[in-house]
Amino acid sequence: MSALILWLRDPNPQSRGQARLGQAYLNWLRLRRNPLAVIGLAIAVALVFIAIFAPLLAPHDPITQELSRRLLPPGTPGNILGTDDFGRDILSRILYGSRITLYIVLLVILTAPVVGLLIGTVAGYFGGWTDTILMRITDIFLAFPKLILALALVAVLGPGMENAVLAIALTSWPPYARVARAETLTVRNADYIAAVKLQGAGAVRVIWGHVMPMCLPSVIIRVTLDMAGVILIAAGLGFLGLGVQPPLPEWGLMISAGRKFLFEQWWVATMPGLAIFIVSLGFNLLGDGLRDVLDPKSASK
Amino acid sequence: MTDIAPPAPPSRLLSLLRQIGTTVFTLLVTFIGLLAVTFVISRVVPIDPIMSILGERATNAQIEETREKLGLNEPLWVQFGIYVGNTLQGDLGTSIRTREPVLDEVATRFPATLELATLATLLGVLVGVPAGVIAATKPGSFFDQFVRLVALMGYSMPIFWLGLMGLLLFYGHLGWVGGPGRLDASYQMMMEFELTQYTGMIMVDTALNGRWDMFANAFSHIILPASLLAYISMAYISRMTRSFMMNELGQEYITTARVKGMPERRVIWVHALKNVMVPLITVIALSYAYLLEGAVLTETIFAWPGLGSYITDALLVADMPAVLGGTVVVGLAYIGLNMLSDLLYKLVDPRARV
Repeated sequence: MSALILWLRDPNPQSRGQARLGQAYLNWLRLRRNPLAVIGLAIAVALVFIAIFAPLLAPHDPITQELSRRLLPPGTPGNILGTDDFGRDILSRILYGSRITLYIVLLVILTAPVVGLLIGTVAGYFGGWTDTILMRITDIFLAFPKLILALALVAVLGPGMENAVLAIALTSWPPYARVARAETLTVRNADYIAAVKLQGAGAVRVIWGHVMPMCLPSVIIRVTLDMAGVILIAAGLGFLGLGVQPPLPEWGLMISAGRKFLFEQWWVATMPGLAIFIVSLGFNLLGDGLRDVLDPKSASK
Repeated sequence: MTDIAPPAPPSRLLSLLRQIGTTVFTLLVTFIGLLAVTFVISRVVPIDPIMSILGERATNAQIEETREKLGLNEPLWVQFGIYVGNTLQGDLGTSIRTREPVLDEVATRFPATLELATLATLLGVLVGVPAGVIAATKPGSFFDQFVRLVALMGYSMPIFWLGLMGLLLFYGHLGWVGGPGRLDASYQMMMEFELTQYTGMIMVDTALNGRWDMFANAFSHIILPASLLAYISMAYISRMTRSFMMNELGQEYITTARVKGMPERRVIWVHALKNVMVPLITVIALSYAYLLEGAVLTETIFAWPGLGSYITDALLVADMPAVLGGTVVVGLAYIGLNMLSDLLYKLVDPRARV
């Protein structure tokens, strides 16, 4: 263990990999000092863990109905968080629901930042008219209220998980384009870019291999901070019946189902909401901590 | 401006006019872009606009005639031109559900949303700005950490769930506030017959009519959704205030003021805050714009007859003209507020007027 740490802290790394890992280790040390960020990280890791092992952790099947056991209060033996109006165990549904949440979040963060990165770097690298046109389009999408645009898109595409993902991705790329463009502008005229160009590299190669990597850190920070927002919008769409469809255990959908008997059986709507809240709080805490670690400008505070 | 300052040279007025000109131009371009997006959305809809108007038993001749009348035989860009022209003249189409012009329906719904968002922003500013200022003066303190955590919780809260929990606690269990809707049912009837509607905002109208009993009832209904929305905007405003204030307190003029022996309270609340107010205007306008949109889910929970619930109601019955009309109006309000904050910023801060 100590040999590994010594290797990581070696001030003269022997390879690029060692240098990167060493940097990551230092960042981890800095992140560790922020207890809130560590809690956030723990929540995020727990979400992934629960999503993977849901079948092992859940005491009941999330979909099978058991009408003799409907609307049992929390604390009932076998149903710690109670049951819903079809007699399904709420805890099991929440555990399985983490898969849907994670799936949506992953799909969105694998598409929106990539599109944004592409548009931002191209606009920043070429400048001129390309820049003006691309950034105008970005501004138009930024000017749209996110949730409303997602609603309108889902209304057209039809409800469903994939369409919800598409709608959320289509509304979340513009901030990434802005960030990537700003980063590109700072490196565009750097000497190393000029050197690559002199070697005969074309625009695609320069952007892909030498500009984009420079934009990644700031994009990653934004992604972590955005994840909570993605979860909230996805849950909102589910709540309105426009996202994931029943009987799938999506958290927003579960709240909407519990709304009918909010005053009598409060737990049906309350529990899934707590899950949404905890997970998005986790991502927010983590993103907040990561920003302090990775962004040198705010690190001093 | 004091008396000592020389009269503003005409060139400054000119440059200000040019600023306004540029802003209006950008507004126009962005607005047309917004219409382009809703236009594309409306053309992708799998619903045939002819069928929804004529029904399924229309003859071919009728269909052809309606196509001609709606301009559906024109090339797409001409159709877009017609769409932009209609929208600029206030024609947002006809709701499929009610057969009423969308603009009229939106106009009756808008004041309710405006009332809710305005009260929420006021509350958010009243709590968020002082909280951010105090947090910035003692960075790292317990209070600072507390504000940070409360704000992050606000960012993480599903607003529709918070609304349900609020109803459960304050309406269901404690009975402190009115339930969903803008008024109790009995007052709702009275409102239609006994109230002169000046603005459509119930609190304002009841006050103008001198109906304080109704005012109190309206207040008991609005206070819960407004407070919940205020919490979300407070989270954003307090965080931004803190970071602006931190930045300002590091400036040299603050050190000078302190060295002169000025009381710390005056340094912070008068000198620093004055300068913080400038960027804060933008933040407050942004959060106001956000509330206009964030009200969508809140209005659904609280049966609030505003623009947000109009859009979601229309969504559920696939009434696309109403959905897109509502979207255009919210988008326009959103763009307008952004531009307004931009202009205000330039008016208040001379440094931004370059």
